[in-house]
Amino acid sequence: MSIAIFKYAAPMNFYGLAGRLIPWFAWSSGILTAIGLYLAFFVAPTDFQQGEAYRVIFLHVPAAWMSMFIYMVMAFWSAVGLAWNTRLSFMMSRALAPTGAVFAFLSLWTGALWGKPMWGAWWVWDARLTSSLILFFLYVGIMSLWSAIDDPRRGDKAGALLTLIGAINVPIIYFSVKWWNTLHQGSTINMTKAPSMAAIMLAGMLVMVFAAWFYAIAASLVRVRGIILERERQTEWVAEILEGKA
Amino acid sequence: MLRFLIAVIRRDLRLAARRKGDWMTSQFFFVMVVSMFPLGIGPDPVMLSKVAGGVLWVAALLASLLSLSRLFADDHHDGSLEQMLLSPNPTVLLALGKALAHWLIYGIPLLLIAPVLGVQFSLPADAIGVLMLSLLIGTPVLSLLGSVGAALTLGLRGGGVLLTLLILPLYVPALIFGAGAVDATLSGLGAEANLSLLAAFMVMTLLVSPWVAAAALKVSIE
Repeated sequence: MSIAIFKYAAPMNFYGLAGRLIPWFAWSSGILTAIGLYLAFFVAPTDFQQGEAYRVIFLHVPAAWMSMFIYMVMAFWSAVGLAWNTRLSFMMSRALAPTGAVFAFLSLWTGALWGKPMWGAWWVWDARLTSSLILFFLYVGIMSLWSAIDDPRRGDKAGALLTLIGAINVPIIYFSVKWWNTLHQGSTINMTKAPSMAAIMLAGMLVMVFAAWFYAIAASLVRVRGIILERERQTEWVAEILEGKA
Repeated sequence: MLRFLIAVIRRDLRLAARRKGDWMTSQFFFVMVVSMFPLGIGPDPVMLSKVAGGVLWVAALLASLLSLSRLFADDHHDGSLEQMLLSPNPTVLLALGKALAHWLIYGIPLLLIAPVLGVQFSLPADAIGVLMLSLLIGTPVLSLLGSVGAALTLGLRGGGVLLTLLILPLYVPALIFGAGAVDATLSGLGAEANLSLLAAFMVMTLLVSPWVAAAALKVSIE
């Protein structure tokens, strides 16, 4: 098992593996999205208090979760990369960042669409909104650092350091903003008590969460393949692939 | 080790003393940014005293970022930074010394200017005291976290703006607790909670950021 893992730490081997995995994740994401949206719009009942507008939850919650989760995964790859100096880890981190930023933006946008009918305002300076905004800023900062550094090795490590110091800071930012102001409704899904929403709504949302998750995996694998080709363009195996395609 | 740390700090202090123009620029930047706010939002003393904590704190963040972009850049240009990295002394101490020197040169003066600006914003005396205290505890955070950003962006195109993008989000807790301490004093809640949290954040950045800055310096120089 451990041999297989190290084998795929080489960009050349991972390129092929990623190519084989992408269709699986892309298709399951597409199918789950179809099921999730069907549940969301046709099966799930209208909410007693929030009316039809609550249905944005099926996009909002997956986007918000993924934006946080992807940052954690980026921090993980950054730590692995800095510890073992594995090139592929940095490439994964780079491939994940744009997807994470898109999800962070999506969660802010859908949150605004939800906030208007619920709170009567597109935007309020509430703890979770503000920390999502700051998370989005962190993504932007990391990506602009990468784009400013031409040398890939330096960019990899600098971005990884920034990702890690951001990861240490995220909980502090979250709690500081939370004590600062809170209006957002509390978490509806809580690991310790039974969820306070209808089972069918929960099912639809979880299906959408998996759809978003698989989409993120597929998108970042596509992107990491591009990064691998760009970085390894002087090697023979890339030349072979490109000739085969041409 | 301690001698090396002191040597780094003394060197930066001496350099700053010989380049007073740079030093003045940053202080006047702080004063001017703060002075723009009453012109923008109106001279009502009640409102000004309400926003004073936040305005002064935001201006302090910007002023520190302005000077931080040059924290390592000058030494990098003339090659002395590389020599210091080649020396057997630990890079962590170099990063810590640079950050502490930055705090002494740019942080402390902000703290001393703040009461004057506080009076302009019709802050009551106790709130001015808390403002100074919060800046005393909080400005080291700005120098320490900023040194990480300065090391990461060393020698890059548009380093100054980039530094702002990287570091401002990380400053958020300091801003919230620092400005929050002033607000809490104004509303009669007492600033103790905010100041304690700010101090905790400061201690944490003191423990973490010199190491990250040292690693970033090595990445940027190699």
